Amino acid sequence: MSEFAEAVRKIAAQYPDTRSAIMPAIRLAQEQHAGWLPPDAFEQVGDALGLTPAYCEAVASFYDMYHLQPVGRQLVEVCTNICCGLEGAQGVLEAFEQELGVRAGETTEDGAITLRAVECLGGCGWPTIVAVDNRYRQNVRAEDVTGIIGELRGAEPHA
Amino acid sequence: MPELQPIVLASADDHDLTKLEQFRAVGGYAQLERARQLEPQAIIDELNASSLRGRGGAFFAMGRKASFIPKDSDKPVYLCVNADESEPGTFKDRELMQKNPHLLIEGMIIAAWAAGINRSFIYIRGEYQHQADILEAALAEARGEGYIGERILGSEHTLDMVVHRGAGAYICGEETALLDSLEGKRGNPRLKPPFPALQGLYKGPTLINNVETLCNAPAIIENGADWFAAMGEGNSTGTKVVSVSGNVQRPGNYEIELGIPAREIIYGLAGGPPEGHKIKCWFPGGSSAPVLLEEHLDLPYTFEAMAEAGSMLGSGAIIVVDDSQPLVPLALRLAEFYRHESCGKCVPCREGTNWTVKSLERIDNGDATPMDLEIMAQVQQNIIGNCLCVLGDSMAMPVGSMIEHFRDEFEQHIEQARAARDREEIAVRAGAELASVAEAGPA
Repeated sequence: MSEFAEAVRKIAAQYPDTRSAIMPAIRLAQEQHAGWLPPDAFEQVGDALGLTPAYCEAVASFYDMYHLQPVGRQLVEVCTNICCGLEGAQGVLEAFEQELGVRAGETTEDGAITLRAVECLGGCGWPTIVAVDNRYRQNVRAEDVTGIIGELRGAEPHA
Repeated sequence: MPELQPIVLASADDHDLTKLEQFRAVGGYAQLERARQLEPQAIIDELNASSLRGRGGAFFAMGRKASFIPKDSDKPVYLCVNADESEPGTFKDRELMQKNPHLLIEGMIIAAWAAGINRSFIYIRGEYQHQADILEAALAEARGEGYIGERILGSEHTLDMVVHRGAGAYICGEETALLDSLEGKRGNPRLKPPFPALQGLYKGPTLINNVETLCNAPAIIENGADWFAAMGEGNSTGTKVVSVSGNVQRPGNYEIELGIPAREIIYGLAGGPPEGHKIKCWFPGGSSAPVLLEEHLDLPYTFEAMAEAGSMLGSGAIIVVDDSQPLVPLALRLAEFYRHESCGKCVPCREGTNWTVKSLERIDNGDATPMDLEIMAQVQQNIIGNCLCVLGDSMAMPVGSMIEHFRDEFEQHIEQARAARDREEIAVRAGAELASVAEAGPA
């Protein structure tokens, strides 16, 4: 049994039915495939759980946090829903677009950063919320953006 | 400023309650022993007498829900905690799990005890990675102390707990979509009935409760139903963690006694809108709640009063919109959210959210006429009550209420956007004419 299938088998043991392990299994596959889900990943998940790759892809495509296209090494997500929006989220998003030279939904040419505009992240008391690889930064203002990107670029191992 | 009466957030700011030792030092897990002395039915009776109602949005009586779980099920019975908090404006469960994870665990143990449940899941939204990590650590500690696992506290009772992470889908906060998602499917809502209490996870009877609801259970066991029911007003008993956001000076979570005037929450606690601004409208219960106006600020913040005013207390998330904000872009952003999150199963929701976005875009671009407003209002009416779940209604109600209360502003927006677009067109045409004259040269 592959290491992946072994890990999935352990997760599946927590549930009444192995199919319930599909979400953690997809998440694990995504982590092992540079943050996105190529066709291989669905075969792996399907094999581990006794499901077809097509079923796995159909499930994955329902959820926003599974990526069906390649993403950058870091993921910057800006909440633009109404609570952050009332406090200037659009300006924060535009500052990121300008700083990175990409539009929301795109990845920088060097493959370092994917920028996304996302729905409410549940941090409305501290607008604007920016999630960097799922870790929240609170009270982000447009003028903070240059510093954040500098920090992320500086943290890249081969920068 | 109103006095705060914390139950679920008590001691959370001066202790690190994520540590089991500190949680126990403030009386944590002490109610398990007491609950164990009680018959399951006695716990349900106590919850019933307290009138504790679900804090996730539906306000359904928790004791009643637990009493629906059959006592003689031949299928396994499950407890699912709804921690998929995704309603825009709502961030209370995030703070509760981050600061007080053991309180949730204690509440779950009591609920499981009452309903005869051996397996439980915490369905937490995928974005809350930090909180999921905190919960996992707390579960490990609680397991180590014998609070969960096999034969808990030396009893015959076994209770398993698993943290299940979602992956970004608002609809999974709808209880039947949550169940489908937890079963490893796309998160589509199911037709009800059967209700989850009879046929839920893998067709087993399933008790589904919100995080904050369960967090109230230990205090009710400790102090009794009368103590809890004495707080609040009418059928809205106890406290509520209210998330206040939008155009206020001190946004944040405030645990208040239900029934205090909304004005005291928005102005007294959250500081009101910025200097020089007034409140244009406010959502009393998350972005799905019809907006209310300045004139509603003195209503008691209760389930009943919000419903009577034509809105709802929902998840207890107050979003304040001040008079500097134009409403068309706000309604458009709201509609875009629901369009994005619609699972696509029911036609009125799938098509209606899309039509609403298109109409609002036309209004904003200057392509609309006043007739578009009528069509859009009708679309909202045709969504409400016509789908398996309330996601479509959750757009139709607030957007409909904005058109109702602020029709003048929508009409003005249509006129102004049209005029601006016409001016632009004339300028472009004039420019083209000038260019062609210049090209032709002097006659």
